[in-house]
Amino acid sequence: MELLKELSEAFGPSGHEKEVRQVLRRALEGYADRVWVDALGNLHALREGTGPNRLRILLAAHMDEIGLMVVGHDESGGLRVRAIGGIDDRVLPGAQVWVGSDRIPGVIGLKPVHLLEQGEDEKVVKIDQLLVDIGAKGKEEAQKWAPLGTPMVFATRFEEVGALVKGKSFDDRAGCAVLAELVRGDRLPHDLYAVFTVQEEVGLRGARVAAYANRPDCAFALEGTIADDLPKKKDVSPTSELGKGPAITVMDRSFIAHRGLLRLLVETAEALGIPYQFKQPGIGGTDSGAIHLAREGIPCGTVAVPCRYIHSPVSLLSPTDLESTVRLMRESLARLTPDVLQM
Amino acid sequence: MDELIRQLTETYGPSGFEETIRSVLRDLVAPLADEVRVTPLGSLVAVRRGTGNGRRIMLAAHMDEIGVMVTYVDEKGFLRFTPIGGVSPLTSLGARVRFENGVLGVIGSEKREDPNKVPTFEQLYIDVGATGRDDCPVRVGDAAVFERPFAAQGRRWIAKAMDDRIGCAVLVETLRRLERTPHEVHFVFSVQEETTLSGARTAAYGIEPDMAIAVDVTGTGDTPESRPMAVELGKGPAIKVQDAGMIAHPTVREWLVRAAEAAGVPYQMEVLERGTTDAAAMQLVRAGVPSGCLSIPCRYIHTPSEMVDGEDVEGAVRVLLQALQMV
Repeated sequence: MELLKELSEAFGPSGHEKEVRQVLRRALEGYADRVWVDALGNLHALREGTGPNRLRILLAAHMDEIGLMVVGHDESGGLRVRAIGGIDDRVLPGAQVWVGSDRIPGVIGLKPVHLLEQGEDEKVVKIDQLLVDIGAKGKEEAQKWAPLGTPMVFATRFEEVGALVKGKSFDDRAGCAVLAELVRGDRLPHDLYAVFTVQEEVGLRGARVAAYANRPDCAFALEGTIADDLPKKKDVSPTSELGKGPAITVMDRSFIAHRGLLRLLVETAEALGIPYQFKQPGIGGTDSGAIHLAREGIPCGTVAVPCRYIHSPVSLLSPTDLESTVRLMRESLARLTPDVLQM
Repeated sequence: MDELIRQLTETYGPSGFEETIRSVLRDLVAPLADEVRVTPLGSLVAVRRGTGNGRRIMLAAHMDEIGVMVTYVDEKGFLRFTPIGGVSPLTSLGARVRFENGVLGVIGSEKREDPNKVPTFEQLYIDVGATGRDDCPVRVGDAAVFERPFAAQGRRWIAKAMDDRIGCAVLVETLRRLERTPHEVHFVFSVQEETTLSGARTAAYGIEPDMAIAVDVTGTGDTPESRPMAVELGKGPAIKVQDAGMIAHPTVREWLVRAAEAAGVPYQMEVLERGTTDAAAMQLVRAGVPSGCLSIPCRYIHTPSEMVDGEDVEGAVRVLLQALQMV
């Protein structure tokens, strides 16, 4: 959990992943046989296998998180912002942010309840109506502290909550933690190309070039995915649930899982009694959407740690789910043979 | 060709679940090709080597079809589902679906406030006759296709999955009748066209063709109060000018026009405002591939009863055979 804490608190909106990369570099030291960073900023770590017929397996988890970016300065010193990645405007007012990697504290301003006009409380305040307040005295000071283009993330500390943990950006720092554990564990039969990707939240950009460069035989995206456990009037199809084990993707909006890899995951989980669930088919998208299209096509699967309230200032996950995800991946990779990939 | 089309359209094969249709096609093309292989994502490639001095030409027809996937099994054994590819709730209501393991399901609807309004997918469910989760013969992630037998009526052929098994049939028939060609021809039966065009795109990367042609269905404007479109059933195969995803390369387009004229096959020019084909993905591979599309006019696309004209299909085969003789 120490690594997850460090990853969760790291500053790393899409395109500004340096701090996350540094955390991971340190975490992998002594475990990876080779570490390199590519032109887009993806961190690659090779963990060589021990088997006689080694496959090249790409494992991808994205380092970037959603955030905001300064696009203007008001006379008052407030910062105008726009979203980096998919942010729901409803979660913004009142949230606290870290502005820039120096973490200047900021607050997303909100009109007090006393001043609301009739019906105003029923409307969502759009992002272009909001200001981020960093206590600047005026436009000039705001420009000095947070120039145009300064990125920001939600200011959320990692904490334990009952049997769960909470923090920001479990999408996809949870996947990064799973992947780091896989690299740090005992060697597997195959060569693992662990890639911590950039810019997933804005278009799966890092994964695309990483898949091209590493020429893998197959790949898995490791994710923190949607768990919607809120009470509902009617739920005809739950997404995934906390505490029920890793969520395996069959099909989402970006790709269809390779059937051989899907079977491998399910059979491994059932043989070893590892809990698992299927993520609700047809929703979301992950790095697999870009990876499977590389070169002549790459068989892909996606496995995720269920996380509540993703793409908001704070998400919750169950450490047990995270451990089960590491175990499911490790055992599945150990059982992976070339015939699994045969179509 | 009736029997070939019956066999191909009645076979199960939604996007991502193409094993069965691939093995049917493999058995058909293996004796006719110099080489047969399957790409990492599952597209089937049958190669016919040319006599020399020709180009490397990729012909692609997709073998996947639209369908539905189970997202949830409730305590009474009813299934909730999501579409695979462009499925409409309108044509789903009352339809039958067939799973890979043979299980048949009926699509039903919850009580709706306004029965005149088209239901949403959230209001629909599949009933496989189960009484609970324990005796439900399918699970989350299983996929089904619409169930409808092939019918031939005069010149018209009606079936589910005409999109794009009719293209597959055209490719198989072309391969059967093709004697000599200067070109190295790659007949590709692609996967996952209906979802992401993944199969043709990745196959094209491996093949590195000089030219690529998708053989797929296109809409028509000849039915009552239809969206205006200058393509009609029975007026010959259509040579695509452009659709929502690509503009046909002029050289490829003119090559098909010259072939149709040399073969004496009536043809139509096609501009499709909605939808696209594998050609949209193939043209963007590597440094770019001059691409075009030979289309089979088809009514009621993405419903369980897609209708084509036998003469258009025969015409498409003859255009391709002629084109493959030309340098």
